[in-house]
Amino acid sequence: MKLSAIVERRIIYLVLLVAVALPLLFPIGWKTEVSGYTQMAYDLIENTPEGKVVIISFDYDPSTMTELQPMGEAMIEHAFKKGQKIIATALWPMGVQMAEQAFDKVLRDYPDKKRGVDYVNLGYKVGGMVTIQAMGRGLKEVYPKDTRNTPYEEIPLLENTKRLKDVAWVSSLSSGVPGLKEWMMVARDSYDVPVTGGCTAVSAPGFFPYVNEQKQLTGLLGGLKAASEYESLIGRKGTATTKMDAQSVAHLLILVFIALGNIKVFVAKRRKNND
Amino acid sequence: MKSSAPLFFAFIVGVIVLLSEFIPHSPFNQIVSTLEGWFMIISGFAILLGQISLIRMNTHKIVHKLDNWQYHLAGLISFGLMLVLGLLWGMQETPGIMGDAAGIQAWLGQKPFDYLFENAYLPLSATLFSLLAFFIASAAYRAFIIRGLESNLLMITAIIVIIGRTSIGTMLTGWLPENLQFWHFPNLADFIMEFPNTAAQRAILISAGLGIVGSSLRIILGIERSYLGGDK
Repeated sequence: MKLSAIVERRIIYLVLLVAVALPLLFPIGWKTEVSGYTQMAYDLIENTPEGKVVIISFDYDPSTMTELQPMGEAMIEHAFKKGQKIIATALWPMGVQMAEQAFDKVLRDYPDKKRGVDYVNLGYKVGGMVTIQAMGRGLKEVYPKDTRNTPYEEIPLLENTKRLKDVAWVSSLSSGVPGLKEWMMVARDSYDVPVTGGCTAVSAPGFFPYVNEQKQLTGLLGGLKAASEYESLIGRKGTATTKMDAQSVAHLLILVFIALGNIKVFVAKRRKNND
Repeated sequence: MKSSAPLFFAFIVGVIVLLSEFIPHSPFNQIVSTLEGWFMIISGFAILLGQISLIRMNTHKIVHKLDNWQYHLAGLISFGLMLVLGLLWGMQETPGIMGDAAGIQAWLGQKPFDYLFENAYLPLSATLFSLLAFFIASAAYRAFIIRGLESNLLMITAIIVIIGRTSIGTMLTGWLPENLQFWHFPNLADFIMEFPNTAAQRAILISAGLGIVGSSLRIILGIERSYLGGDK
């Protein structure tokens, strides 16, 4: 039986839809191994002393939130667990809402954490790398108020945090430019602040060269798998762990499709040769 | 004058910023700090320019009923709606011109802007990106065909990385003894990403870096003028 290309495509879409939906509805609970890159990022936060101020920059929008939002939530929870104080920033306009959503979710388990004391959302600033450079000279000049219009000097968390150099680490959850690379180039290379972060799986290979002996990046979370690894490290049963089952099944299915495609071409070639 | 003034400013600013990287002392650091402030202000105006351009472009297509003008109308209405709702009642904790919309919040549970953001924009945006999975699956079936040595290598590498990056890889070769752990799928995938991938990426990055230095010098020296709007 010979199927047209459109019918074939529709079958592929339907099978993939079922394959992705079933593990989401009925989680399998497959385990993933923690990679060295994830472990490095985890160790950075784990070994930062209590009370230190850190920056998590939400440099993405809703299109990539499936991969990056679980990382943000897990990193916030880890920092809260270790008693660190979080400054949330955004180099992407929608990052502000992403940060708020991540805090809202984590705060359900940490109701004692107070805005302005344990965390603050400074919001979005245009300018990308130049904004980070300006933060190196003074945070207040770049962010005179937080997202709730509270002046910088009235936020207790920021009392002793005047410039980028005063933070213990920076994590950029990045789905493009500006993002992780800009933070690394300024915060790490110019101000010697450890930088870690997360990105989508598709852009992870481009960041791996920066996880080197000079620690331009201290670890990297690449895609949903790394997010689920991070969740397992901090003992959190988050969305990445659930979604990882669906992703694993989808990947397996893609392998099956590749095999079927090759068989189809092989059979067609053979038939042509016989004719 | 119209084209020579921007070239002159680009040269002066470019040289100052370049020098400030090598001489991080007065007066260069103060000048660069001021320039950074200017850059952020100009970037803010760029957003405004983008919005004006979006309105003009869409309006043109709707007025002239060009192909798919209905989608442009939907886009323009969505843009206007979010803009008006944001201006009138603000978002999250920030009040708008008409305050906090307590009545609407009691009904919707959120401010109108936040409600639409979470229940319309967010799922739509995530859905659009998720559709990639379907295209990838279809493309893998049609295009990932073994044709020669290169495609063979690509196929083998892809299969190892795909399996190694999922939970299945852990299960398939998790039983291997300690001395054969290199062949464990996740370890193989990590090896490919850490060595061949990193080597190739570094080569690309270094080339791109040199290219950026070259084009920056061309802009500073006024050789590259396409940013002025010309075709040179």
